[in-house]
Amino acid sequence: MSNAIVQQRGIGAMIWDYITTVDHKKIAHLYLVAGGLFFLIGGLEALIIRIQLMQPDSNFISAGLYNEMITMHGTTMIFLAAMPLIFALMNAVVPLQIGARDVAFPFLNSLGFWLFLFGGLLLNVSWFTGGAPDAGWTNYAPLSSTSPGHGVDYYVMGLQIAGAGTLIGGINFLVTIINMRAPGMTYMRMPLFTWTTFITSVLILFAFPALTVGLFLMMFDRMFGSAFFDVTAGGNAIIWEHLFWIFGHPEVYILILPVFGAFSDIFSTFSKKRLFGYSAMVFATVLIGFLGFMVWAHHMFTVGLGPIANSIFAVSTMAIAVPTGIKIFNWLFTMWGGSIKLSVAMLWALGFIPTFTIGGMTGVMLGSAAADYQYHDTYFVVAHFHYVIVGGTVFGLFAAMHYWWPKMFGKVLNEKLGHLGFWPFFIGFHLTFFIQHFLGLMGMPRRYWTYFEGQGLATGNLISTIGAFLMAIGTLVFLYNVVYTAIKEPKASADPWDGRTLEWSLPSAPPFYNFKQTPLVRGLDPLWIEKMEGRKGITPAEPLGDIHMPNGSILPFLMSMGLFIAGFGFIYQVDNKLWFIAVAVGMGLFFASMFTRSFKDDLGYHIHKEDLIEKGDGKE
Amino acid sequence: MSERTENVSRHKLNVRKDENKEEMVQQVITFALMILFTLIAFSMVILDISSYFIKPILLLLAGVQVAFQLFYFMHMKNKGHFMPTVIMFGGMTIALATIITFTTIIWW
Ligand code: HEM
Ligand SMILES: [Cu+2]
Repeated sequence: MSNAIVQQRGIGAMIWDYITTVDHKKIAHLYLVAGGLFFLIGGLEALIIRIQLMQPDSNFISAGLYNEMITMHGTTMIFLAAMPLIFALMNAVVPLQIGARDVAFPFLNSLGFWLFLFGGLLLNVSWFTGGAPDAGWTNYAPLSSTSPGHGVDYYVMGLQIAGAGTLIGGINFLVTIINMRAPGMTYMRMPLFTWTTFITSVLILFAFPALTVGLFLMMFDRMFGSAFFDVTAGGNAIIWEHLFWIFGHPEVYILILPVFGAFSDIFSTFSKKRLFGYSAMVFATVLIGFLGFMVWAHHMFTVGLGPIANSIFAVSTMAIAVPTGIKIFNWLFTMWGGSIKLSVAMLWALGFIPTFTIGGMTGVMLGSAAADYQYHDTYFVVAHFHYVIVGGTVFGLFAAMHYWWPKMFGKVLNEKLGHLGFWPFFIGFHLTFFIQHFLGLMGMPRRYWTYFEGQGLATGNLISTIGAFLMAIGTLVFLYNVVYTAIKEPKASADPWDGRTLEWSLPSAPPFYNFKQTPLVRGLDPLWIEKMEGRKGITPAEPLGDIHMPNGSILPFLMSMGLFIAGFGFIYQVDNKLWFIAVAVGMGLFFASMFTRSFKDDLGYHIHKEDLIEKGDGKE
Repeated sequence: MSERTENVSRHKLNVRKDENKEEMVQQVITFALMILFTLIAFSMVILDISSYFIKPILLLLAGVQVAFQLFYFMHMKNKGHFMPTVIMFGGMTIALATIITFTTIIWW
C-alpha cells in the first residue's frame, strides 16, 4: 500500500497506481500535471496570437487558423488550465485543512479528473482532424451553429465531458466540507481557502447546469437537426448567449474565489497575524458568490436588452465591487503592523493586489452600460479580463503553488529561482496588457486577424508582444525551478512557513491516510493556538484506532474513456451513420463500468492500529 | 448509580417517544391536507370555474404541496438541515432569475 513498495515496482506500477488512485493527494498531482500541460499549450497558442499581431498587415498565420487559435487559447486556458489547476489545489489542501482523511467520495473524485482529462483531449484532437473550433471561447450562435466542419462539434462534446467532471468535483467538495470536518471545526473556524472552495463549489453546482443545457441545445442543433438557435426556423440565437453567460459570469468567480482564499491564508501566514476581519471576509465571499449570479447580462449590454434590463444589470454589477473592496482592504489590514516575510508566495500575493485592483476598476468602467457601448468587443475588454484572470487567478496559482508545494511534493521550491521567475512574469504581464487598454480605446477590435499600417496600432501591439515573451520566460524559470527543486533541494520539514492551519501539522508530504488520529480543533488557526500554548502538535480527538481506507479503481478511467469514444461517434455520425457504432461501444463501456461499480461491493480495507504504531508518527 | 443512568435513559426514551408521536401527528395532518388540496384542485377543474381563477389557485396549492413535501416528509424543518435548505433555496432563486429573464427579455 505504501509509497515505498510502489516505488520498488518501477514506472509501470507507478502509472497504474496513478490511473487507479482515489487518494486526493495523488489526484491533486494528476490535476496539476494535466492542467500544467494544458497551460503550456494555451500559452503557446497565446504566443502565436501575439506574433501574428506583432506588426501590421501580418501574415504569420492565416485568418482561419487565427480564429482557431483565439478560440482554443481561451477555451484551453479557462476550462483546461485554470479550472484543473484550481482543483489541484483544492484536492491537495482542503481535506488537510479540515482534518479529514480524504474527500467524501474518493471514487467520484477520480472520475471527475478523468472526465476532465478525456474531455480536454477530445477538444485538442480537433487540431489534427481538420480544424479546431473557431467561434470564440464564447461560441456565440449563429456563428457557431453554422460554422462549417467539425471544429465546433469538438467544442461541444469536449466541454460537455469535461464539464461533467467539474460538476462532479464541485459536488464532491460541497459534501466534503459540509460533512467531513474534524471535531471542533465549525464553519466559522474554517480557513479561508476552505471557505472559498466551499462557495466556489456552490457556484459550480448552480452555474455548470446552464452550460450543460446550452451545450445540449447546441449539440442537437448541429448534429440532430433541431433549430433552437436558428432564427429562420423560429429559434432564437440570444438564448445561447444568456445560457452561456448565466454560466459564464459565475465561472469567472469560480476562477477567482479559490485564489482569494489562498491569498488570505498566505497574507496571514507571512504577516504572522490572524486574518484581519475574518467574518467580514467570509461574508464578502458569500455575497460575491450570490451577486455573481445576478450580473451575467453585463456581457450583453449591446445586444439590445432594453434600457431597463441594462440598468438593472449595471447596478448589480457595480454592487459586486463592494464585497471585493472589503476583501482588498482586509488583506491590507492583515499586513498592517504584521511582521512580513517576503517569501515568493508573498511576493506573488503582493503583486496581485495592485494588479487585480486595476482589473476591478476597469470592470466597473465596463459595468456602466452606456459606456460599455464604446468598450465592448475592443481590446479594452481583453485588457480587463486578463488583468483579473492573469493578475488574479494565475498570480494566485503561482502564489499557492509556492506556498503549498512542500505539502504536495515534500520539498520547498527554491526561493531564489522563485524570485527570479516572478519579475519577468510580472513586468511582462503589465507590458502585455496595460497597453491593450489604450489599444482598445483607440478602437482596436478584439478577435481581428490583423490591422493596417498607419492606424496607430503598431507600437502598442509590438510592446504587447514583447511582454508576452517576458511572461513566457517567467514561466520557463518556474518550470526549471520545479525540476531543480526535485533534484537538488532537501526534504522539507512539516511546517516550513511557521503556518497556522491544520495542514502544517502533518509531515510534508503527508502519509496516505493524512491524520493518524483525527485532530481536535479548538479555534480559528488551530495549529497556531497549539503553538501558542507550547504544544508540539495538534490535540487528537480520538484514540489511535484502525483506519478505514477506500480501494483504488480503474473504473473512473474506463467510464471516461467510454464517453471519449462515444464523443467521436456523436461528432461523426453526421457524415456516416456507421459512426453510431462508436457511440454504442463508448456508451457500452461507460454503462458496463457503471454497472460494475454499482453491483460489485467494494468495502475498502483497514490499516490496523498496530501498523500505525510501528510506523512511528509518520514523520519518518 | 446504574439505577440513575437507567432513569436518565428511560427519560430520554420518553422524550424521543413524545417527539416521534408529535412528528407522526404532523405527518398525518399534512397528508390529510394534501389530499384535501388535491380534491379541491380536481373539483375546481371539473366544475369548470373561470381559468383566470383556477390557474393561480392551482399554482398556489402546488407550491404549498411542495413545501409540505420538503419540510414535513423530507424533514427539512428538523435540525441539521440548514445547509441543504440554504442550498436548495439558493438554487431556486437562481432558477427563478433565469426564468424571469427568459420570459421578460427574450420571449416577450
Ligand atoms: C469588480 C468586478 C468586475 C466587474 C465589475 C466586471 C465587469 C465586466 C464587464 C461589464 C464585462 C463585459 C465587457 C464587455 O464585453 O463589453 C466583463 C468582461 C469580462 N470579465 Fe469582468 N468584471 C469584474 C471582475 C472580473 C473577474 C474577477 C473576472 C475573472 C477572474 C472577470 C472576467 C471577465 C472576462 C473573462 C470577461 C470577458 C468575457 C468575454 O467577452 O470573452 N471579471 N467584466
Ligand atoms: Cu461578467
